[in-house]
Amino acid sequence: MNESLQQERHDSAREVPSDTPPPFARFINVQKSYDGIELVVKGFDLDIHKGEFVTLLGPSGSGKTTCLMMMAGFETPTHGQILLKGNPINDLPPHKRGIGMVFQNYALFPHMSVSENLAFPLEVRHLSKSEIKQKVARALAMVRLEDFGDRRPAQLSGGQQQRVALARALVFEPELVLMDEPLGALDKNLREEMQYEIKRIHADLGVSMIYVTHDQTEALTMSDRIAVFNDGVVQQLAAPETLYEAPENAFVANFIGENNRLYGEVTEMVGEKCLVRLDSGETVQAKPVAAGGIGARTTLSLRPERVGIVLDSQSPGFDNCFHAEVREVIYLGDHLRTRVSVCGNDEFILKTPNAQGHSSLRPGQSVEIGWSSSDCRALDA
Amino acid sequence: MSDSPASPLTTADGVPLKISLRRAVRRSKLKAFLLVSPLLLFLVIAFIMPIGEMLWRSVDNPEVSTHLSRTVDALEGWDRESLPGEEVFAALAEDLREGQQARNLGLLSSRLNYEKSGMRSAITRSARGLGALEPPYREALIELNAHWGDLDTWKLIERESSPLTLSYYLAAVDRQLTPDGEIVRAPETQRLHVNLFWRTLWMSLVITGLTLLLGYPIAFLLASLPLRYSNLLMILVLLPFWTSLLVRTTTWIAILQSQGVLNDMMVALGVIADEARWQMIHNKTGTIVAMTHILLPFMILPLYSVMKTIPPSYMRAARSLGGRPFLCFRRVYFPLTIPGIAAGGILVFILSIGYYITPALVGGQSGRFITNYIAYHMQTSLNWGLAAAIASILLFVVVVFYLVFNRIIGVDKVKLG
Repeated sequence: MNESLQQERHDSAREVPSDTPPPFARFINVQKSYDGIELVVKGFDLDIHKGEFVTLLGPSGSGKTTCLMMMAGFETPTHGQILLKGNPINDLPPHKRGIGMVFQNYALFPHMSVSENLAFPLEVRHLSKSEIKQKVARALAMVRLEDFGDRRPAQLSGGQQQRVALARALVFEPELVLMDEPLGALDKNLREEMQYEIKRIHADLGVSMIYVTHDQTEALTMSDRIAVFNDGVVQQLAAPETLYEAPENAFVANFIGENNRLYGEVTEMVGEKCLVRLDSGETVQAKPVAAGGIGARTTLSLRPERVGIVLDSQSPGFDNCFHAEVREVIYLGDHLRTRVSVCGNDEFILKTPNAQGHSSLRPGQSVEIGWSSSDCRALDA
Repeated sequence: MSDSPASPLTTADGVPLKISLRRAVRRSKLKAFLLVSPLLLFLVIAFIMPIGEMLWRSVDNPEVSTHLSRTVDALEGWDRESLPGEEVFAALAEDLREGQQARNLGLLSSRLNYEKSGMRSAITRSARGLGALEPPYREALIELNAHWGDLDTWKLIERESSPLTLSYYLAAVDRQLTPDGEIVRAPETQRLHVNLFWRTLWMSLVITGLTLLLGYPIAFLLASLPLRYSNLLMILVLLPFWTSLLVRTTTWIAILQSQGVLNDMMVALGVIADEARWQMIHNKTGTIVAMTHILLPFMILPLYSVMKTIPPSYMRAARSLGGRPFLCFRRVYFPLTIPGIAAGGILVFILSIGYYITPALVGGQSGRFITNYIAYHMQTSLNWGLAAAIASILLFVVVVFYLVFNRIIGVDKVKLG
């Protein structure tokens, strides 16, 4: 991906909430219950702008797929509205919505060849034969399967089937494409390749995409914005870097990336900082994000790569420094993953670049570690 | 594959790999064979041998050659132009006399009577009158019964002296041989079996079509409902299997007869007049209704097992691609269920053309199947050769349908549950 595109993506992601044209698709306070007892989706709001790539990320059973199915028309919202281009579509049957969809297991029609699969959405729209042929050829070229038109889906590899499913969802030029864990069945290498492929096609065609996944790496790589779901509620909706750098609550902090947690109680607020007394007795300076007032319980969240080892003389200006004992060192080539025991937490992880001097750490050794209070976010308990 | 195909692979001690492999699996093969041998024995005795016997009976023709052996020998070299000479008649008299003493002329007289009416009485009367006869037998026998003066009688005896005959098969398709050996259609009043074959075929087709029409939606429901509901529904589908066939068939008599439940209801509702009650049983309607009901599970189960394997996402995908529900069904769902339709169809069709009890009980005269005539020839007319010939033709038809099915759909694609 080239740099300017990357930059553009960041900008559009940041601008979204204010002074933009009316959103292309909207969920307004959508709720869904299957059994009348429990809400699977509890008040979902989301605006999707034209050309945006939005990911619904969350553990299984968090309601993200249900939201996608409601947009596609296969589930009806129990409450709330879904708008497409300003029109409510709650009662519109799926085939009249004109939304492309890629299913988890591709759902390619096994009795049709690849070309026939791609021609299906065009035939039901009564396009002329020549037009169909031309569009199918173009779609096959887009996913680089020009020579595979006559094959049956069963004769294709998983990755190729995935491409065909993608082409089929795009061939009738929908303005919105939904993807339900489309890469879940592929192996790791293929998955990464397809992530870039989908991203490229998204950039080329400028369609809006709603993408459902439980894989945070996938979400971080591909999305303009990510809605992190848990328990039927969106925990945070933000651009990938914001989610990683500035998670708003403990769930997001844990779900996105690796995270060290320390538990304690807020004792004092000092300007931009707060003081937290940990359960093990130490006092830590942290940045209050979602930490209630003085006396409230809080979870401190700290990324492993933001914790440093304080070597003898040079101190990088950490305002939190503690004595730790090395438990385990795992060599990962470009970096070292060190598990230490600090502040009563035996599972505290440090990721340190494999620079000179660091590789000498041994289990049992005592070290001084530290971090900046701005990287240590005080979140909800 | 080894690099040099000329030298076969060997195990470490030099024994060719194939031989040592065969030795290793011999024991397990023997065990497997012993396990299936009781069933194999049962099948051979209870299935393969009777079928073989049936096929044999349909062409077996021992009567003339055993009971008229002297006559047949004497007929050797006969010119077929004029009545045979005295020595043949003398041989006939000898044969009949012996048969009369042994009391075994019944089979012979029935056998010849199938081919030429009047032969039964010709043989029994002649045998009874033989005691008073004096040579020359030629004139005496002709005097006793005019059939012996008929050239066709002698042509018949000569033809049927061969140990194998096609005449049962010809009778099964309403054909017969003229005395000169030409195949012609039987007299109009005796043509029966071909019509019955056709009726059996088209009624079986109607039954197959009806089971498909009724079974398809049920199978779809079964395949798409959540498991706890579909299990209950499956029990309802299988319930007929656990009820006696006779009970199910007679229940239809109770429902459909002219003083039955359905007619009474229709009269009570004023739909039909009391005098104009529907005739729904002891005719084709009765057979079709009862057999459709009885064979329905055999359509539903193969359909269900195929539908169960079609993920709902196919229909969803088709809908999301813009297809109206019916079009999605026609273009996507229906083609995927064809193996199930074919399996259920061939199963119901084959079961139905061989069905016996239900048509016998509710079919009346017009709703009878060819199987009912097989039973008739077995039990009433005692023409077992004809029964065997009809049954063999039925078996042949079934095998042909099966082979055609296998060719078009492939039996390996069929799952029954």
